Amino acid sequence: MASIKEQFEIPGKLKTWAYALMGIGGAALLYGMVTKGFSKDEHEQVHFWGTLMYNTIFWTLVTNAAMFFLCFSTMAQAAWIQSFRRIAEAISTLVPVFGAITFAVLLYVVLGHKHHIYHWLDAEAVAKDPILRGKTGFLNPTFFIIWTTLAIVLWSYFGYRMRQISREADENPMDKETATKFNIRSMTRSGFFLVWFGLTVASTVPWLWLMSIDAHWYSTMYSWYTFASSFVAGMALIALWVIYVKNKGYLELTNQEHIHDIAKFMFAFSIFWTYLWFSQYMLIWYANIPEETVYFKHRVQGPYKPIFFLNLVINFLAPLIILMKRSAKRNFTLVAFMAVLILFGHWIDFYQMVMGSLMKEHVTLGWLDFGILGFFVGVLILMVARSLASKPLIAKNHPFLKESIIHQV
Amino acid sequence: MAQKKFVVGCFDDEKVLFPAVKQVRTAGYKIQDVYTPFPVHGLDHALGMRETSLHTAGFIYGITGTTTAISCISWIFTKDWPLNIGGKPHFALPAWIPIIFELTVLFAAVGMVMTFLWLCQMAPGVKKHHFHKRATNDLFVMVIECTEKTNAEDLKALLAANGAVETDIQVAEDGWWFGTYDNDNEVLYKQVAH
Repeated sequence: MASIKEQFEIPGKLKTWAYALMGIGGAALLYGMVTKGFSKDEHEQVHFWGTLMYNTIFWTLVTNAAMFFLCFSTMAQAAWIQSFRRIAEAISTLVPVFGAITFAVLLYVVLGHKHHIYHWLDAEAVAKDPILRGKTGFLNPTFFIIWTTLAIVLWSYFGYRMRQISREADENPMDKETATKFNIRSMTRSGFFLVWFGLTVASTVPWLWLMSIDAHWYSTMYSWYTFASSFVAGMALIALWVIYVKNKGYLELTNQEHIHDIAKFMFAFSIFWTYLWFSQYMLIWYANIPEETVYFKHRVQGPYKPIFFLNLVINFLAPLIILMKRSAKRNFTLVAFMAVLILFGHWIDFYQMVMGSLMKEHVTLGWLDFGILGFFVGVLILMVARSLASKPLIAKNHPFLKESIIHQV
Repeated sequence: MAQKKFVVGCFDDEKVLFPAVKQVRTAGYKIQDVYTPFPVHGLDHALGMRETSLHTAGFIYGITGTTTAISCISWIFTKDWPLNIGGKPHFALPAWIPIIFELTVLFAAVGMVMTFLWLCQMAPGVKKHHFHKRATNDLFVMVIECTEKTNAEDLKALLAANGAVETDIQVAEDGWWFGTYDNDNEVLYKQVAH
């Protein structure tokens, strides 16, 4: 293992791209904020803050999915991830950054009393509305802010603890006893994250942040749906970074066997996402109760129809057909292409989840969406690259590393 | 159904088996199979076996299931016996998806199991020759079919030189047969005697 390149150096081109995206995206973001976000027109306000909200929530959950991936793999003692675990770790360092943006935006929306986004903020309307009154124990500003703070802080903290313990595998070779202890400690730490992840991403956080936009409506599938969406996009992001860093001549120990397994996750969870998409849709379609169908009315029959079905084509049909074959999952170019497609598809999914409820009359997808997306992608590229460069690319004394090297699918 | 001549080499270690497989193949012999007590990772690659087409068969069975479900259910509910169920359209695709999915899975699963049994020549009562009893316990049993050109003694020597703990020449039934083993009575008798 003498020829392993442990130190990632950020390619100049990547930096240029990151700064360009951040520049253009930042300009769009600022321009949008001034002309729309702080305009007198409430419609414009909702447009801007809604767009910013779904972008920042999407990227927070997607980067958090990388840490979720590390944690459940640790819990399952999955060895194959060890050769590229630093990539997932680097992606997860973005959780505090995007989390802070999300927190700031949500705080502004809640404290700024933007009841056109969260209808339950309107105290007068709630008082007159028996359904919303029944939900006040959960949908109230105090609980919202406390729970959001806890969620973001604890994701960041437990994630930080996981990254710290991984650094211990850099220093000295471990004997059997140390390795066993290390393994048990890693599993304990990942347990904390997983439990908190279950209480937040897989349940309460999507209810609070996203589902409460449609304050009257609810779906028991919603959180799982959001989780599936962000997890499959997270796997796509990991795949993309692994392939990129590998193409730059690093990650010698990661090969198509590992890409094959990552692509399996992309394939399987695309189908899992569709399962939830369909379960949510079919039950509402079958029961045909007005207070439930209201969610799908403007999505399936209104202006969002093309986006709604494009969503299904990109996120279900494309992965199903293209990633089904073994050879496709082992082809770096194809997996990278599918990763970009899946990331875009689930970004669109988040778009229709949020804007489909806020802007029912017309589809707003335009310069603002792509500008803000560009800004987030720019930040992501720069910070992930920096994080990768700041520590060794391989946890070379990890007890499971050898198993990862000889991994075979 | 023909009697054929085989050279059999038994190995007691994977680490010996793999180089031996390589040596025997480089020497130009075609290995019929290696019987192992447990699945050995990478052995199929070492033996140069073609990748299985079972998954392609599975895909075809699955598609057949999908088509069967869609065509049956749409014919029944739109042509043969249209019913008004809760005011839904006769062609109620969302309600059919679970059935279409189930039938796809059923066809694929049952079809693949059947195909697997067919390919492995396994069925109740079907018997095949066992080259070595310990192949299910602790020995890796390499079987090479002899052709007219094969010098069995040379091959035995080659196997022994590559670490085979036991070598043997057997004339045995190549295919499967339906019925019993010659020594069935003997085995049964022994068990009773205990």
